[in-house]
Amino acid sequence: MGAVYALIALGLTLVYGVLHIINFAHGACLMIALYGVYGLWAALGVDPYAALPIMIALMLMLGYILQRYVINRAGHTRDERVLLLTLGLSIIFENLALILFHSDTRTIETTYSLQTIQLGSVMLSLPKFYAFWGALGVSAVMLAIMKWTDLGRAIRAVAKERVGAKLMGIDVEQVYAMSFGIGLACLGAAACFLLPAYYVNPSVGNGFIFVSFTIVVLGGMGSFLGALLGGLLIGVIESLGGLYLGESLGQVGIFVVFVFFLIFRPQGMFGSKS
Amino acid sequence: MKASLLTSENILSLNSVSKSFAGLKAVSEVSIDVHKYSLTALIGPNGAGKTTLFALISGFLKPDTGRIVYNSNDITGLAPFVNAKEGLTRTFQIVQPFAGQTVLENVAIGAHLHYSNRSQALEYASHVIEKMGLHTYANKLSSDLTIAFRKRLELAKALATQPKLILLDEVLAGLNPREIQEMIPIVKNLVNEGVTVLMIEHVMQAVMNLADKVFVLDHGALIAEGTPSEVTQNELVIEAYLGKGAAERLNRKHLVTSQKEGT
Amino acid sequence: MKDIKFIALFTLVLATLPFLTNSGVVLNFVVMALYASLLAQSWNILGGYSGQFSFGNAVFFGTGAYVQVIAQMHFGLNAWDALFFALSLSAIVGVFIGSVSFRYGLKGSYFALVTLAMAEIFRILSLSVGFTGGGVGLMLPLNNTFLGMQFINKSGYLWLILALVCSTLLITTYIKHSKLGAYMQAVRDNEDAAKALGINPFNVKLFSISISSVVMGAGGAIYVQLFQYIDPGIAYGPQSSVEALVAAIVGGVGTLWGPIIGATALLLMSELTRNLFGQIPGINMVIYGLVLVLIVLFAPSGLSGLGLSVRALFSRSFSSSRSKLIEDSPTHGGKG
Repeated sequence: MGAVYALIALGLTLVYGVLHIINFAHGACLMIALYGVYGLWAALGVDPYAALPIMIALMLMLGYILQRYVINRAGHTRDERVLLLTLGLSIIFENLALILFHSDTRTIETTYSLQTIQLGSVMLSLPKFYAFWGALGVSAVMLAIMKWTDLGRAIRAVAKERVGAKLMGIDVEQVYAMSFGIGLACLGAAACFLLPAYYVNPSVGNGFIFVSFTIVVLGGMGSFLGALLGGLLIGVIESLGGLYLGESLGQVGIFVVFVFFLIFRPQGMFGSKS
Repeated sequence: MKASLLTSENILSLNSVSKSFAGLKAVSEVSIDVHKYSLTALIGPNGAGKTTLFALISGFLKPDTGRIVYNSNDITGLAPFVNAKEGLTRTFQIVQPFAGQTVLENVAIGAHLHYSNRSQALEYASHVIEKMGLHTYANKLSSDLTIAFRKRLELAKALATQPKLILLDEVLAGLNPREIQEMIPIVKNLVNEGVTVLMIEHVMQAVMNLADKVFVLDHGALIAEGTPSEVTQNELVIEAYLGKGAAERLNRKHLVTSQKEGT
Repeated sequence: MKDIKFIALFTLVLATLPFLTNSGVVLNFVVMALYASLLAQSWNILGGYSGQFSFGNAVFFGTGAYVQVIAQMHFGLNAWDALFFALSLSAIVGVFIGSVSFRYGLKGSYFALVTLAMAEIFRILSLSVGFTGGGVGLMLPLNNTFLGMQFINKSGYLWLILALVCSTLLITTYIKHSKLGAYMQAVRDNEDAAKALGINPFNVKLFSISISSVVMGAGGAIYVQLFQYIDPGIAYGPQSSVEALVAAIVGGVGTLWGPIIGATALLLMSELTRNLFGQIPGINMVIYGLVLVLIVLFAPSGLSGLGLSVRALFSRSFSSSRSKLIEDSPTHGGKG
């Protein structure tokens, strides 16, 4: 699970690092992605893992459009207006889903949903196993893109020095939109890995939103490596916490970590001064 | 009038103040004395650490080493608002108005430091606004002003707190020559009213005109101090601005020219 | 002064309403509008006048509500004494959250996140703890007496909430015309400049959150008296936070009447939606979210439009983005 968390957090980190906005709608977008995967499976019989490229493309477009035509209008400064905007969006998404899909929890069933795999003395559920590797793989791909492609370089340039990048001829608007799109694409991928092992309902985003924010803060806002490691760490903490404190209280542990880091060490483990 | 007010009493003393950022020494062992009721200038090339020094003095930053003494009190590391209450205030290089509020409201916030009553504060603010020549803009939004008047507003806000020592950070930057001419007497007048001024300035004309004493900073260190004419003839200062060897070259040129003129 | 005259007029008109009409629909609407206004006013004080946007006002709402119930049910207090404790405890929570957040300089998005997290923490805690009734919630037993603060006739509620709204209006007026209010707005508009002028932002923000928390706590207590039921979801869930926030922004951030205007407008919209589409769960929140997005994009100054301090939200982002551009530019390092 940690790896999936990491993937989600990676998307969030990207958006924050480049656009310097905290996307409150991240959780709601994950929910959209999950419904997307579900929809593909229920309506077209597409296997979630096979849906990977489709979901990535879809979410990429969604993110791009959202950023370019909606969020952009509020001005991409470190402003409370964007804050309110993403909050508003998350409210709209979540409740629209509530209306359209009702609050039922849905799961999908595939041939491998209930299968397990044995690793040493531990029994792992197969979907979770796949999720781990899948998420890790996608994260690696994303990091590679950031490092070695032109787009990745452009994104990093804009993140560091917006005006300078503009002067170098980089289309900042495009980069912003792409970054947001990639951020959501991460969610799309995460959803593909998540659904077989999990479920979907309109408020499923909420469960992940805090975890992902915690990871981003923990790993250091704007640091990809931090997000990755943070995700894995949180995954471990959550499992341990759930084991000892019971499901719900374990969650509180995560919040406490979140608030703690936000207050005392906003740079997290790897980040630079935000 | 200025001469009679000039005392040798120090209102501000810096003792070996240093500040580093990520290994880079922004301010290096700077020791400065500012006489009460004087107008002192702090000059130096860009990046010399002048604004950092202001931030250290006013309390926005804490020095790594060194002491800052104001009015015989050690204020090292005290918060800006504590210093403001004791009469030490600053303006910002990039003006920081309270956006969305009128000029009067802006200045009133400063006035409230000594006037708790709202109407009294507003009244005193009007008074300050008049002195600064802003009265026609009193009810205009601060964001509607030109840069020259925003600089005046910046000064007015600070003055409303009735400071004893004011740190002016490039109050003339961004002004055209006419605006500079209008601003200089305002700054000069501050001392006449009993306010000690320490200013960062790049406009040399103002420095020469106004300053009793000049300190020169380069790469975070104090390289010269003295009267304006002393400092501008100082070789180190010339080199700081124009590069190494410039002083010598200028000297040689001067020598050649004076030889030609048969001095 | 003008503001006080308007407040008096407003209070008078609404107070006499029960004598002018017998319509249950109208009275009910007014009661709900006043209730929503209270929530909005709370947010407005911290967010509008002090510029600290809270996404988790529910944390005060729920505390007020739970204390109101528990004080009556478990400690046998009458509703009015309970209200006192509800307000006090909300204030304590407010001061706690405020002192921790502001001491460490949390601002903007970070502060919003922390408030959101706090509301969630409280929600999870109240689910797990016994005396809150856990997930089942608590029901306030019927007690149609004055001491029980439950009124068969709606007008009782109307006067009660009106009194609270009126008090908050007076408090807000005081803020608007006092040194404290000027300091709050200074901190909102430019914290560094405020510090240079002798303002201690921590004190100012702390005061602001205390007042905001008390008002929100009152809202929570009133909710319980109105509906006789509370559970973790209602108490600490996002609804009350969102209601407070959206109404305040719609009406006009940082204005005296904005919260009331916004709350009433939103209520009208909800009623309209209900008549058109029926009682669909979630549709209300969709409307709220949509309105929020639209207002932020197209009318950041809210319905109050022309209020002077309201422009702060708009011009602050404008001038800060401009000065940010200057700051970002390579040659202007800001370190002279």
